[in-house]
Amino acid sequence: MKITRRGFVKGAGAATAVGMVGTPFIALGASKKVVVVGGGTGGATAAKYLRMADPTIDVTLIEANKHYYTCYMSNEVLGGDRSIDSIKFGYTGLGKHGVKVVHDVVTGIDAKAKVVKTKGGKSFNYDRCIVAPGIDFKWDSIEGYDAKVAETIPHAWKAGSQTVTLRKQLEAMKDGGTVVIAPPGNPFRCPPGPYERASQIAHYLKANKPKSKILILDPKPKFSKMGLFTGGWKDLYGYETDNSMIEWRGSAQGSNDNAVVKVDAGSKTVTTGFDDEIKADVLNVIPNQKAGAIAFAAGLTNDSGWCPIDLHTFESTLHKGIHVIGDASIAKGMPKSGYAANSEAKVCAASVAAMLNGQEPGTPAYVNTCYSIVGKDYGISVAAVYRLAEDGSKITKVSGGLTPSDASPEMRAREVQYAYSWFVNITNDIFM
Amino acid sequence: MAYTTLKKALIGALVISASSVTFAADEKKATMTGASADMLSNTCAGCHGTYGASAGPATPSLGGISSEYFQETMAGFASGDIKSTIMGRIAQGYSEEEIALMADYFSKQKYVPAKQSFDEALAKKGAKLHDKYCEKCHAEGGSSAEDDSGILAGQLIPYLRYTLADYKAGDREMTKKMKKKVNKLMQKEGDAGFEALFNYYASQQ
Repeated sequence: MKITRRGFVKGAGAATAVGMVGTPFIALGASKKVVVVGGGTGGATAAKYLRMADPTIDVTLIEANKHYYTCYMSNEVLGGDRSIDSIKFGYTGLGKHGVKVVHDVVTGIDAKAKVVKTKGGKSFNYDRCIVAPGIDFKWDSIEGYDAKVAETIPHAWKAGSQTVTLRKQLEAMKDGGTVVIAPPGNPFRCPPGPYERASQIAHYLKANKPKSKILILDPKPKFSKMGLFTGGWKDLYGYETDNSMIEWRGSAQGSNDNAVVKVDAGSKTVTTGFDDEIKADVLNVIPNQKAGAIAFAAGLTNDSGWCPIDLHTFESTLHKGIHVIGDASIAKGMPKSGYAANSEAKVCAASVAAMLNGQEPGTPAYVNTCYSIVGKDYGISVAAVYRLAEDGSKITKVSGGLTPSDASPEMRAREVQYAYSWFVNITNDIFM
Repeated sequence: MAYTTLKKALIGALVISASSVTFAADEKKATMTGASADMLSNTCAGCHGTYGASAGPATPSLGGISSEYFQETMAGFASGDIKSTIMGRIAQGYSEEEIALMADYFSKQKYVPAKQSFDEALAKKGAKLHDKYCEKCHAEGGSSAEDDSGILAGQLIPYLRYTLADYKAGDREMTKKMKKKVNKLMQKEGDAGFEALFNYYASQQ
């Protein structure tokens, strides 16, 4: 550690803040350095809230990209009601909170030496590290589908250029075309996402290409907010009539009858587990998922492909001093959603701040709120308040639930406005 | 004074009934309690903004809110006495003590009026209507929290519109005083009078 005069003063200040009295050398020894790996919803929130909890903590956030495109609301880009720029966020806001933002790719984390290493050849020491790697794809789960093919047959499950590609394909499709969506198996990022996507694409097609169809080939027997989605599809898109714009084909538990098992990229033809061959005009294949690459490189994953953690502090149960939050973590009881990542990040930041100051982490509180926009003035939601089980074994839902199935058109319209408010406020809460 | 005491008693009763619905005794035992005001309140930021300052377009700001009004409203959401989209589902998750902690937290935050567009002429008319019909309880142009009523100045128009619609429809109970004034305003000015009021509140930025 390079000791500058400034760093020296800062270190001394930090020590005072935790009530330590001693020589400057002791003060420097009690440094509070946190490296956050990944600048998505979880990582960016954790970095900001660490600085809010204790401005003497030195926080460095390392993120590969200069901008982050939120997955939430990206379905509205596909539906045409929203521009890609409206879901694009930068990191200058975090800088204002005193977070040092470094754009580089993390290649390894040495838990023993407490060092994060990057592709750019830099090393970052830490007292505690927070890893928010998001998701990666299991490319071997579908024959003929890999990262290269995904450039032309997008998964669009990380928002950005693939979202734009998929939107362009929808725009170019002829009226009467078939859009095939292949959702992933559980567990995956944003459980209602594929079905909101189908809704948003239907919203676009209904107004512009009304003879078109959307076919969802699902490896699962049911899905998130299923009753509300299918109710919305009935209200808006003729679901389960002869003229239905959306058709959903599920697979019985343990079968892969209607799951896409093979993709022929050239002809945009998919093969299901039951050997049906279906040709699509626009094809959206969302593969099965696992924790982001750095979680594997740092040895933070177990056999499930996700990261086991202590649910109170989000500290890895495999490597001390490293915390894992967001989609990559096994947050037993909480979904892999943006709001959950934001909430987990705050619990983790509070715990890390306490631990760095030699205190016991306080009692956690978690919330998830997730809106889906089914069509014009038609919003649905799921919300929950969670608490940590006393034995720490799970995160227990203590209240919450879905939009009532008989909600009035007025309340559904309000939910859209509250969904937009949620988007504005949560992205401010993360990045500003 | 008597009114305030009654109101407080009412809030207490509502919260107690709401929380007893939520927590079966064994469930309460099985989860950790004692979360701090910051910890609890930070979970609200995803929808209501950091420190409860909402940037809209519809979700209300909580920063600077009257503690009593916050508790009363949360109790109303939890019991279902106040109509809501998701707040009823969320409010049931907290005990009376926790709601009091959050009320205290948000009452101490800065109130940040929302940036939004408004009609100048309507705002002018609304200012006069406010003085005549609303100022007695929503003091200082609707910007004061001291009167333990909701802050109206600088709140988002869609939220004001939804809330008034619920009051008018009987989905949220008005106090006697408010009912009298709302009815009178409706008789004299009609819906246009309320739109003028909304624009006046929106103009306070």
